[in-house]
Amino acid sequence: MILLQVESISYSISDKQILDDISFSVAQGQFIGVIGPNGSGKSTMLKIIYRHLKQTSGLVTLFEKDLLQFPQKELAQNIAVVSQEAPVLFDFTVKELVMMGRTPYKKWLASDKNEDYAIVSDSMRLANITHLANRYFSELSGGEKKRVLLARALAQQANILILDEPTNHLDIEHQYQLMDLVRELPITIVAALHDLNLAAGYCDELLVMKDGALFQSGTPEEVLTKETLQEVFRVNAFVSKNPFTEKLHLFFYTEQ
Amino acid sequence: MTKTRFMLLLWILVGVLLISITFAVMLGSVGITPRIIWEILFAKLGIPVETSASRAQAIIIWEIRLPRVLLAALVGASLAICGAAIQALVKNSIADPYILGVSSGASVGATVVILLGAFSALGMYALSLAAFLGAISAVAMVFLLARVNGRTSVIRLLLAGIAISMVFSAITNFMLMMSKQQGGIQAVMHWMLGSLAGAKWSNIAIPFGTLLVVFILLFMNYRQLNALLLGEESAGTLGVNIDRFRIFIIIFVSLLTGVVVAVSGSIGFVGLIIPHLVRMVVGSNYKYVLPTSALVGSIFLVWADMVARIVIAPEEMPIGIITAVCGGPFFIWMLRKRRYSFGEGE
Repeated sequence: MILLQVESISYSISDKQILDDISFSVAQGQFIGVIGPNGSGKSTMLKIIYRHLKQTSGLVTLFEKDLLQFPQKELAQNIAVVSQEAPVLFDFTVKELVMMGRTPYKKWLASDKNEDYAIVSDSMRLANITHLANRYFSELSGGEKKRVLLARALAQQANILILDEPTNHLDIEHQYQLMDLVRELPITIVAALHDLNLAAGYCDELLVMKDGALFQSGTPEEVLTKETLQEVFRVNAFVSKNPFTEKLHLFFYTEQ
Repeated sequence: MTKTRFMLLLWILVGVLLISITFAVMLGSVGITPRIIWEILFAKLGIPVETSASRAQAIIIWEIRLPRVLLAALVGASLAICGAAIQALVKNSIADPYILGVSSGASVGATVVILLGAFSALGMYALSLAAFLGAISAVAMVFLLARVNGRTSVIRLLLAGIAISMVFSAITNFMLMMSKQQGGIQAVMHWMLGSLAGAKWSNIAIPFGTLLVVFILLFMNYRQLNALLLGEESAGTLGVNIDRFRIFIIIFVSLLTGVVVAVSGSIGFVGLIIPHLVRMVVGSNYKYVLPTSALVGSIFLVWADMVARIVIAPEEMPIGIITAVCGGPFFIWMLRKRRYSFGEGE
């Protein structure tokens, strides 16, 4: 079943074209990776999907309904986001921050119910941060902060989870831990990823972006070829297989 | 902060407020015991008690002292919750309720009435009405200046607030410079520094009603206020309609601040320090910050007004001087504390 459909969206700021005629669709349960060099428009495209930005032209539909028609609350019940920057003014405890994931379900004056506490503690357990529940967010390390934001997104119980470079600033252990965690989730994921080997190892489908346009899409095997990597990322790559996971693995080198 | 500890704190603060109010009513040239105060209060509330209070005592307490003390509590609570809400709105810890131009607008209105005798047909209500109109028109201008392409930009809101405040202060200063009436100039100065001396039952009803409504509206939206602190983008992904919510806060906070300034002048510092002081104890969650700020703000202003009444008795000190003199050093002490970051995060 198609959850999200992106139909020829473009985005420009004054005269500068940031995104150019992008179309793709996201089916239920898929793990889609968005890859591309810096400035290729990955984050901008994600921001349009979670409606922080409005496309200049084109249409995004969620459940066959125009995304722009959704009330903000209903949108937040369907799409949860872990974005790159998460500045927090004033300090909250981890538990309070994760509870904020329940905001889209709350009417005026509604109190936190047992159901909400159960969802919050499940989300914290999944993100492996239960032991941090009463700590202050500002005291945490970069990796712990990322996992708190992920737990908050999980508490939203949305259909689609959007991750903008979720493994940024994480050490290698936490990169794999986070990717393992999100892959096991029974929801649809769209993630912008920098590490091509992580993308190859975890995603069902990859969207390759170059200069604001969709260069190619397909399974990791289809798109991560020597030629594509040469043209989009300007690196030489030797495409191999990881002997332990049987997934695609890339070795990069330059001519020098 | 757990729920039980918070409830305990709340009840302690309610107790402290009641004791402070009793103290404040006792204070004055006619000595009155706490027992008499509560006997009169109960009697007025329709609870039959035997009382030894004389008629004169009853009048002094009920008609003169109590309205003033209650107004102090109302103004303190109002400024504190407005400050807390504004700090979330502009996501900036140096914000106070006057940042959108309320006090400078109100000063123009008050000066026009005091020096030029405008609205004299309205009698004793002229000053409050003019101050309120001045405050609301200043905020309206700031708000319109900050709207770009149908969205309210926070940085434009702050800068427009500064610009409009400067223009309105210039107008007030111009009127003061051109005026020949010494008494009038002194009255304007007095008004600008704030005073609760004009309190009567008739003019505390509107601030009370407005405070009640605005407090309930803000408290009902504590989740949205919390989400605002995470930034525009995160708040949006959590289901907050940012633009609509900003307009909502601006309208109700300006309304309450305008009403309060209209009856008491622009009392400074309360709206800035009380929310910070409260966050130091209960954390940043607005579910706790709003009620605690209201109580601490009212306690603080009741005591500040007591000091204002006795420090140069029989003259009265403008209360704004007291709040600044007591608040300033305390705020500096807070600045030096490591554990409280004033919202800097790291």
